[in-house]
Amino acid sequence: MDTASEQERPKWDNKVQYLLTCIGFAVGLGNVWRFPYLCQIYGGGAFLIPYLIALVFEGLPLLYLELAIGQSLRKGSIGVWHSISPLLGGVGVASMIISLLVGLFYNTILAWVLWYFFHSFQEPLPWSQCPISENRTGYVQECLASTPVNYFWYRQTLNITPDIEQSGSLQWRLVVCLASAWSIVYICFIRGIETIGKAVYVTATFPYLVLTIFLVRALTLPGATDGLRYLFTPDWALLMDPQVWLDAATQIFFSLSLAFGGLIAFSSYNPKKNDCERDTLVVGIINSATSLYASIPIFAILGFKATSNFNSCIDSNILDLTNAFDVTEGNITMENYESWLTYLNSTDPDKVSSLNLKHCELQSFLDQSASGTGLAFIVFTEAVIEMPGSQVWAVLFFVMLFSLGLSSMFGNLEGVLTPLLDLHLVPSWMPKELFTGLICVFNFLVALIFTLGSGNYWLEIFNSYVGSIPLLVIAFCEIIGVVFFYGMKRFSDDIESMTGRRPNLFWRVCWMGISPIMLLVVLVAYIVVQVQKHPTYPAWNPEYEKFPESEVKPYSDWVFAICVLLSTAPVVSIPIVAVYRLIRRQTRPQTGSSLPNPYDNQAFSTESFKAL
Amino acid sequence: MLAGVLLLIFLPPLVAKDLCKDSQDGFKVRLSIKTALGEEAYDWNESEMFLFRSTLAYAMRKETKNDTYDITNILVCNDTPRVSFMFVVTSPGQPDQLIPKEQVEKAVRENKHRINNAFLLSDMTLEFLGIPPTLSAPIIYDTEPWLIVFGVVIGAVAVGIVALLMSTVSKKRRAKEKAAGLSEEDEGIVKENGTALSSFGGKEGAYNQAFSNDDRFTKL
Repeated sequence: MDTASEQERPKWDNKVQYLLTCIGFAVGLGNVWRFPYLCQIYGGGAFLIPYLIALVFEGLPLLYLELAIGQSLRKGSIGVWHSISPLLGGVGVASMIISLLVGLFYNTILAWVLWYFFHSFQEPLPWSQCPISENRTGYVQECLASTPVNYFWYRQTLNITPDIEQSGSLQWRLVVCLASAWSIVYICFIRGIETIGKAVYVTATFPYLVLTIFLVRALTLPGATDGLRYLFTPDWALLMDPQVWLDAATQIFFSLSLAFGGLIAFSSYNPKKNDCERDTLVVGIINSATSLYASIPIFAILGFKATSNFNSCIDSNILDLTNAFDVTEGNITMENYESWLTYLNSTDPDKVSSLNLKHCELQSFLDQSASGTGLAFIVFTEAVIEMPGSQVWAVLFFVMLFSLGLSSMFGNLEGVLTPLLDLHLVPSWMPKELFTGLICVFNFLVALIFTLGSGNYWLEIFNSYVGSIPLLVIAFCEIIGVVFFYGMKRFSDDIESMTGRRPNLFWRVCWMGISPIMLLVVLVAYIVVQVQKHPTYPAWNPEYEKFPESEVKPYSDWVFAICVLLSTAPVVSIPIVAVYRLIRRQTRPQTGSSLPNPYDNQAFSTESFKAL
Repeated sequence: MLAGVLLLIFLPPLVAKDLCKDSQDGFKVRLSIKTALGEEAYDWNESEMFLFRSTLAYAMRKETKNDTYDITNILVCNDTPRVSFMFVVTSPGQPDQLIPKEQVEKAVRENKHRINNAFLLSDMTLEFLGIPPTLSAPIIYDTEPWLIVFGVVIGAVAVGIVALLMSTVSKKRRAKEKAAGLSEEDEGIVKENGTALSSFGGKEGAYNQAFSNDDRFTKL
């Protein structure tokens, strides 16, 4: 009798769950805080061209490939690559290790988001004003030198040390937030896709609701149009710069969350007859559309912030002039500021220059761009203070960030869980809930390094070194593996049995030619660029003479060794496993599992047993 | 004689002006009424100045616990359209002697709140240059608000986890009972000729009743 029916592979309740999970995995924090930044620095509308080219020729083919092999081979990343060729088993191991490492720091970012969320209920918002110093004579010096928003982020949240070498101590507040983040992840992940599938109904759709609310609010703010014009004005000259193309290719690649093994895991739970080509187009297009959609409110709000900063700059100058020259209040306004300034300069230039008036220019405020945590926790929080009803906007924003990150976390964790389940590494007495719990506890304990004083520096290291080159290497191996080891013909047959039609010319040309070449070029260019810059990091050092500017410090040797280790350790499993299998094949030649079973009479399928 | 009388009459204000203008013990005051009140701003006139001088006299009285301070002890000069001016405080007993700076500063600091309220202004809009504002005490919470929100979230999550684990345990228990054949329900019902073979307690397969189990061992 078929005992496999006891351990039936779990499956999605319906197609919508599957699509929402994939979309949620692909749409993450990067869509909100990386894409708008890239759009801005690479000439606005012009950036869309390399971005869309990269999507069509690199992103979509790879996405289709991953969804198709997961669905046809019906295993997690390790099992899938082992089925394709035992020599490539290392690719799956590498994906799993990367998913694990990325999950560690990604959830720490969510812990920070939770911290801000908890504080968004306070009136006034804690990052809007400097705290009073202990002897009540003034405000805290560090806060006065920088800004309240910066102070709240660097001191009251992270309690950051001035150097990565100084670890500081565990910040209990962050530990508490990290524990809550992992608990929330656990409750959604507790039974694998059974619970994930229900959670994504909320986590994948809520961000769109919030983005729409923000869009409506942002467009009514003063200065929004300046921000949008700044974002979308194309600067075609920048397209000549190869760095733009490199960044577009890497952005689309990381944005779609390829090479993590999560997408393979998700599609492995699909029924065999499912149109994965349509799924690819849906997920890929929605991901890019979300990036574009998110950049509109973000930039409208940044434009508003730049305008408010500009206005307060002018206002402080007006106040200085009014006080110095004892002019009647309200005589100098924004409109006649220039004429007053020239008049006063002509009558008493020494006095005017002694005031050290600030130079206010809207363009320079608009140029202050930020991405990543800087955008969310510094720039955006500052903008939110100026908006009426700040608490509401802050709460909405941080809940949106949290659900964006949470749905991506599901993919990371499934990329770890599914291969382990498929390899039967889980003892049979252990219920799934306990196993997922153990994974969460393990991750929480290791992620405690990010709650140290120097945690943010370590997180940046993980972010740049784990989440970049190894993924490109794995993706390259994936596409080579399927095209050359598995065979294009066999792959097309599989797709035909799943979707009912063979992949058309476009897909085949991409898989066999364009995408591998593009990936190789991107990988080599990325490594070349990384190697040329000596690795440095911006440190927050109150003792620095140019404080509040960050002090740029180089990584010391042992830290740099860790960086290199993080880049190479995940991918080193690929050659190791390949060499191991080759040696075994030489010493003991035997049929590989990829060859067909000679006893398999394909007229008699095991599935027909269940019908009795 | 007349000259002498005139001199006597005009001397005090002249002296007063000198006391005020050249003094080291004076403070410059700056009011930003329009900034503070916008549309409801009042005009600065003699009456408002009178109020100011009287509040300062009040502050001096409170500080020194000397009830002889009067509005004439507060001298004002350098009035500008900005609404800023200098003032000095003279001693009630000796009108040509000034109260030292530190004492005036102390008086103002102790009573700043009352002075602000008399003019509907705040520390930012009623400035005494050289006297730093006393910052209000930081709000000390019994439980910080963020801990409350955290407690709510973590409580909800804990309840959810427990509920899910309980449902798993009860599901497993029910499955175990079924497998042992105690439950009448049989999900793997095999229907043959419309008959539900529930009496076989979950055994798979079609049982052919023509073939009895008694003769399991065929007799030779």
